Amino acid sequence: MSSTAAGLLQVGVLVVALAVVHRPFGDHVARVYTGSEHTRIERAVYRVARVDPDSEQRWGTYARAVLGFSFVGVVLLFVLQRTQSVLPFDHGRGDVPTSTAFNTAISFVTNTNWQSYVPETVMGHTVQMVGLTVQNFVSGAVGMAVAVALVRGFTRSRADRLGNFWVDLTRGTLRVLLPVAFVFAIVLVASGVVMSLESGVDVDGHTVATAPVASQEAIKELGTNGGGVLNANSAHPFENPSGWTNLIEVFLILLIPVSLTRTFGTMVGDRRQGHVLLGVMGVLWTAVLGVIWAAEASGLRPLEGKELRFGIPSSALFANTTTATSTGAVNSMHDSFTGLGGGGTLLNMLFGEMTPGGVGTGLYSVLVMSVIAMFLAGLMVGRTPEYLGKKLGQREVTAAAVSILAMPALVLVGAGIAAVLPSTREALTNSGAHGLSEILYAYASASNNNGSAFAGITVTGDWFQASLAVCMAFGRFVPIVAVLCLAGSLAAQKKVPVTAGTLPTTGPLFATLLGGAIVLVAALTFVPALALGPIAEALL
Amino acid sequence: MTNFVAQALAGLRVLLVLTVITGVLYPAAVWTVSRAPGLHANAEAVDTTLVGIDRQGDRWFHTRPSAATLPASGGSNKGEHDEDQDAVVAQRRTEIARREGVAQDRVPQDAVTASASGLDPHISAAYAELQLPRVAGENGLSEQRVRELIAASTDGRSAGLLGEPGVNVTALNRAVESAT
Repeated sequence: MSSTAAGLLQVGVLVVALAVVHRPFGDHVARVYTGSEHTRIERAVYRVARVDPDSEQRWGTYARAVLGFSFVGVVLLFVLQRTQSVLPFDHGRGDVPTSTAFNTAISFVTNTNWQSYVPETVMGHTVQMVGLTVQNFVSGAVGMAVAVALVRGFTRSRADRLGNFWVDLTRGTLRVLLPVAFVFAIVLVASGVVMSLESGVDVDGHTVATAPVASQEAIKELGTNGGGVLNANSAHPFENPSGWTNLIEVFLILLIPVSLTRTFGTMVGDRRQGHVLLGVMGVLWTAVLGVIWAAEASGLRPLEGKELRFGIPSSALFANTTTATSTGAVNSMHDSFTGLGGGGTLLNMLFGEMTPGGVGTGLYSVLVMSVIAMFLAGLMVGRTPEYLGKKLGQREVTAAAVSILAMPALVLVGAGIAAVLPSTREALTNSGAHGLSEILYAYASASNNNGSAFAGITVTGDWFQASLAVCMAFGRFVPIVAVLCLAGSLAAQKKVPVTAGTLPTTGPLFATLLGGAIVLVAALTFVPALALGPIAEALL
Repeated sequence: MTNFVAQALAGLRVLLVLTVITGVLYPAAVWTVSRAPGLHANAEAVDTTLVGIDRQGDRWFHTRPSAATLPASGGSNKGEHDEDQDAVVAQRRTEIARREGVAQDRVPQDAVTASASGLDPHISAAYAELQLPRVAGENGLSEQRVRELIAASTDGRSAGLLGEPGVNVTALNRAVESAT
């Protein structure tokens, strides 16, 4: 079978698997967040943590809970790294340097998992498990909680409460992420992924670093985190040994973002509302996959930075999926992609990561974009826009705009400053248009909480460590607060009845509006930057 | 502000409990299951052929070039229009052509480009074929025998569909070693 035919069949298998699984799984997730029963373990968690699971929160309190939880997450992760030398299984790697520890703490708490360190020499196994793995779980659960709170904004009427963050967080972690991660961690070990507490293994006289990979690998993909247990991430044979594990990892990345569209449809009582979102996501995901695949297949050095067992199709599939979600794991080095192929991965992030986006973040981002799309449609026909029976007034549209515009502002300002700093030149592996792409990619990745890199850029200098940390934090929490504010104001409204003048949000017209809004916002913001970077390179 | 502090303190308590579950019990459970017979060898990478590290000397099949500086894995991160990289690739091609005694245009792509991990165990069938006469001669094996060893070390696509086929150099060199 030709490489292309096998690759196309593989994409077919993936799509069918997701189509089959996302229905029951999405409905399961809906039940998790709407049920009133607590499991025994959850009750124990609430008792030990002394939180009342049956009291609901206003949007402001919900937001403070998210921020407070994330803040202590950063502090705890920072302290763990700084005291690594006294922890077991550190294999002499010592305390993590301050600026690296700071950047990494923010990176993993914000679900970015950007890595300014080499795990094999810097990060010991205890910090990997007790620190990083934990944030792999809970940062994903935070994303889902915020998404669910926004959906409740649409489903509730004249309500001042959005739910209980601690309950949403705990249920998302224990009922959604943990069981799936555990099963697939075992599947990955059975398929060759290592799970070792040793520091390395002898291979023909050379020592190759090992780690407890499988447990983190499963949640790294499932939670759209993406931080490699080893430096080469999912390109490393110990993280991703075969075409089979590669498909599992791509499936895990897409499982929750795709299923959440079903969860959304189920929760709002009209599954077609979820179908249309998934349709738009799917079209854009497929289109960019086609661009990356075709570009890489016609590259000058197509195998540079790619593993032979993946070749071009499986590398393109992974690269497209990891950047269209907020994952950032890589099975090939995007920095060595063609101008157009690397540009495709960059474009996925600049869409705001909603095709289908990260765990929870994808759903709330696309819902915010739906609000923008309906607002634009309302302007065109001169009616107050509505979405899912809620009027979109000044407050709603402002919150949506803040949420959407935070990322472009961070990317353009951050990359702009970095581009004129004299120290940046030494930080780049590549020069010219591709050098600019390295900078642009770094800020797009950080501000979107993706975490992949054009890894030739050296980001251990103070400017990059600090500015990228700021982009990660603001890129995460400004949209979250805006989304919760939007949710609060939607929940407070009474539902308006559907009339003949209501624009239906399930058909091709709305899909076109939404897809158009996603592409247009990205194009209006980023065309000049893209023209100087990847587009210029593609024309070389 | 007091609300934020109260939420942060509640957050700390919840985080500590979830840390015990997802940061201690979960990896411990996966590790414990991975001790089972049948999984243990994978988990500890016993006699692994998953990674490839180049063995010096003409006796051996060579891996793809590696841009990694172990113990850190990784690739070159060089873009396709990088002129320094053009020179590096051209030099690799010259050296391999000379080493194998063939024309430069017979040297395949995978032989002159670095992988993503720097630990890629595979080479293309074409690159294995290119190295076959040298390895057979140096080890005093017939070309037919070495060709059989190559076939035995060739990994197809997973389930006949996923990924790309390749010759596992780590497995192949060990097979060559035990055949001599």
